[in-house]
Amino acid sequence: MVSYALSRIGRAAITLLLIVTAAFVILRLTGDPAIIILGPDAPPAAYEAFRRNWGLDEPILVQYLAYFGAVAEGDLGRSMRDGRDAIEVVGERIPLTLALTLPALAFNLALGLGAGVAAALNRNSWIDRAIMAVSVMGFTVPSFVMGLTLSLIFAVKLRWLPAGGAESWEHAILPVVTMGLIGAAIIARFTRSAMLEVLGQPYIRTASAKGVPWRRVILGHALPNAAIPTLTIIGFMVGSLVAGAVVVESIFSWPGVGRLLVSAVANRDLAVVQTILLLIGFTMVLANLAVDLAYGWIDPRLRAGRAAPAK
Amino acid sequence: MPTAPLPASPRDLHGASPAAGPAPSAAPLATLRGLTVDFDIGERYVRALHGVDLTIARGETLGVVGESGCGKSITWLAALGLLGPGARVGGSAVFDGQELIGMRPRGLDRLRGGRIALIFQDPASALNPVQRIGRQIGESLALHRGLRGRAARDEARRLLDRVGIANAAQRLDEYPHELSGGMNQRVMIAMALAGEPDLLIADEPTTALDATIQAQILDLLRDLQAESGMALALISHDLGVIADMADRVAVMYSGRVIEEAPAGRLFAAPAHPYARGLLAALPDIEGPKRRLETIPGSVPPPHALPPGCAFAARCPHVDGVCETAPPPLRPVPGAPARRAACARLEALVRPPEPAPVLQRQEQRA
Ligand SMILES: Nc1ncnc2c1ncn2[C@@H]1O[C@H](COP(=O)(O)OP(=O)(O)OP(=O)(O)O)[C@@H](O)[C@H]1O
Ligand code: SF4
Ligand SMILES: [Mg+2]
Repeated sequence: MVSYALSRIGRAAITLLLIVTAAFVILRLTGDPAIIILGPDAPPAAYEAFRRNWGLDEPILVQYLAYFGAVAEGDLGRSMRDGRDAIEVVGERIPLTLALTLPALAFNLALGLGAGVAAALNRNSWIDRAIMAVSVMGFTVPSFVMGLTLSLIFAVKLRWLPAGGAESWEHAILPVVTMGLIGAAIIARFTRSAMLEVLGQPYIRTASAKGVPWRRVILGHALPNAAIPTLTIIGFMVGSLVAGAVVVESIFSWPGVGRLLVSAVANRDLAVVQTILLLIGFTMVLANLAVDLAYGWIDPRLRAGRAAPAK
Repeated sequence: MPTAPLPASPRDLHGASPAAGPAPSAAPLATLRGLTVDFDIGERYVRALHGVDLTIARGETLGVVGESGCGKSITWLAALGLLGPGARVGGSAVFDGQELIGMRPRGLDRLRGGRIALIFQDPASALNPVQRIGRQIGESLALHRGLRGRAARDEARRLLDRVGIANAAQRLDEYPHELSGGMNQRVMIAMALAGEPDLLIADEPTTALDATIQAQILDLLRDLQAESGMALALISHDLGVIADMADRVAVMYSGRVIEEAPAGRLFAAPAHPYARGLLAALPDIEGPKRRLETIPGSVPPPHALPPGCAFAARCPHVDGVCETAPPPLRPVPGAPARRAACARLEALVRPPEPAPVLQRQEQRA
């Protein structure tokens, strides 16, 4: 178990390194911030001063090493817009985003896991068909269509809920429901197929054959095994806690990290974009690491260093 | 109104057999009568088991043979209610006076893993991969013997010892993937013994194992049976295994029992053409073991059975009379302890000649 955990942690560290590098490379490749910030008509001296000021006149390798050292020290630079620390600019938006994504995740898991298990246990019945029909809808409709539709119905037509902004908890309802429905649809599908796969396994028949009551066969034997493939998708959802709200925040004018990212990209605010990319990367890597460690905890075959079971 | 003669009911056949004695102690431990299974295949049901009649006496070993797909497994899974909601089960399965078909889940759960235990073909996948061996055996001990904690652990260790697993105490804390196939099958047997069964149903218990391990597992089953007096229903493709172990043999074909006889007599002189084909393909019981694939042609699938005898397309003795209706299982002329389902039995079975029978049995001994 220890060597399994160490190998996963090592892998996560390498991934983080790659993310830090990628964030740097991508942003430097996509245009000159001096021109974008100052506009195309500024005097050449202004460009030079700007570049010197932000270290953009150094050779790229020097910039990279300097950037790397700064990141390692937790210094992600300052916003080119208002000169505040990028970490501070991004940090103050994180709670707002989590205020959407955490309830949405809870909604996802409760509804998705429940519906997936219910569909599998009632395979081919009307319950299964109804759950899967709704799930396919949630799966295929893009989030902006879902968000705009809900907004049209509940905000514009019925006027039950506000269409945008973040003044009260009521403003959070539509964005949370939008993300929750989509996430639940995905989780329900994964859970159903994982559960069906497990229910067809010989050890489930063995459990029944040894006189274990059906409820306990499900709870004690089927669910722990079905959790293994389901964990992957749950890890993905946890990893998107920060990044998952970009579209929905934009639709509902919710001032979270997602909306900040959209405006920072438009403004070429390098430090802020970089900080958000790193934040997103870090959450995903950490969520993945947590999933990997959870796998090892649930599945003894992985601990022993064997290949993962086919999902 | 046409007056078709009524087919002999299974009860009549049974009554005619000398095996059914009047004393209650001689009543069979388990009796299947007219057991049918229909599978839901979407728009309709397909019958996979067409009225199976079988009995097992206390302490007896019944061998069940037949090609893949003939219904050996679903016979017993149906009797114990293990086929799931996609299957419709009809007929009767009586175990020690209790009807199992239609029994409430609570009653079935008490019998399953208790007085009736099952072990399966692929022991590695028949054990829960994420639970330790000790916990899986402990679950049976808790359900059927009320043992928990220390007592359950001690008993689980004793059972592992009994089935020949070295380092039993240490194995309790291991997972199935840490054990070999043969070891896992021993664990399955230990789990079956946990409920102190009167009947053990072993569905191809050695098919997935190599030859030496196979022999060890069969020896173990024989020992356990001698020790506890449990009855054994042994399902196998392998006629060598059946010849080795069984007191009585049922040969199945296409969802029916087509011959049933004491093992020695069946191997000496099979009555049904299919059983003859099987045995002809077996050169010598002590020789290299052969599979049942040696009869030309193949088994008709359950949804495309002919109106008459299901073996007709492969049978060298087929005749017009075979193709009207499936021949019922009935006593073999001149050998009332044996039954076969062939329309042409009278023409095929010569009056019993004891000499060759003895010869073959001597060879076996
Ligand atoms: N769940 C199911 N749904 C539909 N048909 C099934 C199902 N289970 C079994 N069958 C069919 O029932 C028939 C008998 O199956 P069974 O498993 O009893 O065969 P078997 O004699 O045990 O074969 P094998 O030697 O391969 O184990 C087969 O034709 C099989 O296709
Ligand atoms: S009934 Fe006819 S076809 Fe069937 S086994 Fe007997 S002889 Fe062959
Ligand atoms: Mg089988």
